[in-house]
Amino acid sequence: MSDHELRVSKIRDGTVLDHLPGGSALNVLAMLGIDGSEGTGVSVAMNVPSERLGTKDVVKVEERELSQAEVDVLSLIAPRATVNIVREYEVQEKKQAERPDTVVGVLACPNSSCITNAEEPVESRFDVLDDGVRCGYCEEIIREGIAAHLDVG
Amino acid sequence: MRQDHLVAAGQLSRADVERVLDRAAEFDAALDAGDDLPARYPEKLLALCFYEPSTRTKMSFETAMKRLGGDVVDMGGVDASSVKKGESLADTVRVIEGYADGLVLRHPREGAAKMAAEFVDAPVVNAGDGAGHHPSQTLLDLYTIREAAGLDDLTIGIVGDLKYGRTVHSLATALTEFDTRMHFVSPESLRLPRSVRFDLHEAGAQVREHTQLDEVLPELDVLYVTRIQRERFPDEDEYRKVAGEFQIDAETLEAAREDLTVMHPLPRVDEIDPAIDDTDHANYFEQAHNGVPVRMALLDLLFANHE
Ligand SMILES: [Zn+2]
Repeated sequence: MSDHELRVSKIRDGTVLDHLPGGSALNVLAMLGIDGSEGTGVSVAMNVPSERLGTKDVVKVEERELSQAEVDVLSLIAPRATVNIVREYEVQEKKQAERPDTVVGVLACPNSSCITNAEEPVESRFDVLDDGVRCGYCEEIIREGIAAHLDVG
Repeated sequence: MRQDHLVAAGQLSRADVERVLDRAAEFDAALDAGDDLPARYPEKLLALCFYEPSTRTKMSFETAMKRLGGDVVDMGGVDASSVKKGESLADTVRVIEGYADGLVLRHPREGAAKMAAEFVDAPVVNAGDGAGHHPSQTLLDLYTIREAAGLDDLTIGIVGDLKYGRTVHSLATALTEFDTRMHFVSPESLRLPRSVRFDLHEAGAQVREHTQLDEVLPELDVLYVTRIQRERFPDEDEYRKVAGEFQIDAETLEAAREDLTVMHPLPRVDEIDPAIDDTDHANYFEQAHNGVPVRMALLDLLFANHE
């Protein structure tokens, strides 16, 4: 563990997300639906020097253990993320993000005339491609800047 | 065809297409001979839900259903503002499913038919969703192409508005099931959308894109012409320049093969000179005529699957 990671103190219980691309932490939190209103501790370190990534972000979320499904969705914007589940100050479990086949309700379709952007009782659904995602309804493909299409708020 | 719904041409395997076209040929022959067709579905009602006007497509579904001995209920015209204020499409199709045995849906939004099919059990036919798909048109296009030139070892040129032209998107997808070489000819600004190019690439289709028709015209068995809409262009001059490039007249066709088949999903404005109508090249009225037997075949198979 490098000294830089000590910028954010250890947590007792929760999840530590490491090796997020530099500058992506706020998008990661948005994707997980974490905005601080939960009342539990959230620590963010952005643009920490990293041997593997150049710079990386680290997020620590207290009192919440991310599920594998949540971790998988993260892989869309943080493909090399490592996820440590912490209990009683110890890393109890390590999870690796795997690309899911589809993501539901996470991204908004950029096609304004897509049915998912109408007032319909339907969640967005994207199929995950090798190099992007594709709307399951209008078939629009997003390759770059996936984080910009996060459906949050 | 195993499905209950026809939402996109990509659902159709070569065997599915052939099944529909073969059945259509039977209906076509019976209609031509003036035979009294047995009333196959006297108890069935088909709901026509057109959120965008399309007299032609609607009438051909209506005729097809009546020729099968069934009947239709028509939702009537819907203007955009009443849709905005009104109930959701998801609710509407669930209500209509309570009245009818199948739904034909035309809607201005891409993915509308796909969503509708998730909310109802009755067969849903996509009759056009925004710039998305129009698979029943594709079936009648394929029927017409098969009659005129066959569906294998085929070189087809598709010209016009390839970006917004849903008939083009569905046709190109369906043609990947056959041994075809596809040439797409359009102004740069109206080339095929990324999602369609992706599908063609994934299917390993032989595809080339052009901005000039004369580059490929002499090679073609079939020339499929679509309309370039004035409103796609920022100004009139820009439109005139482009539209003029892709107008088909007798002079254009001098470079074409004698047995070239010219098609158009209609209505045309001035993409094809009426002087072509009386030549052997013209196949677009035949194409429109084929709408009824092909839609009869489609409905027949969907109802049979759903039984
Ligand atoms: Zn979409």
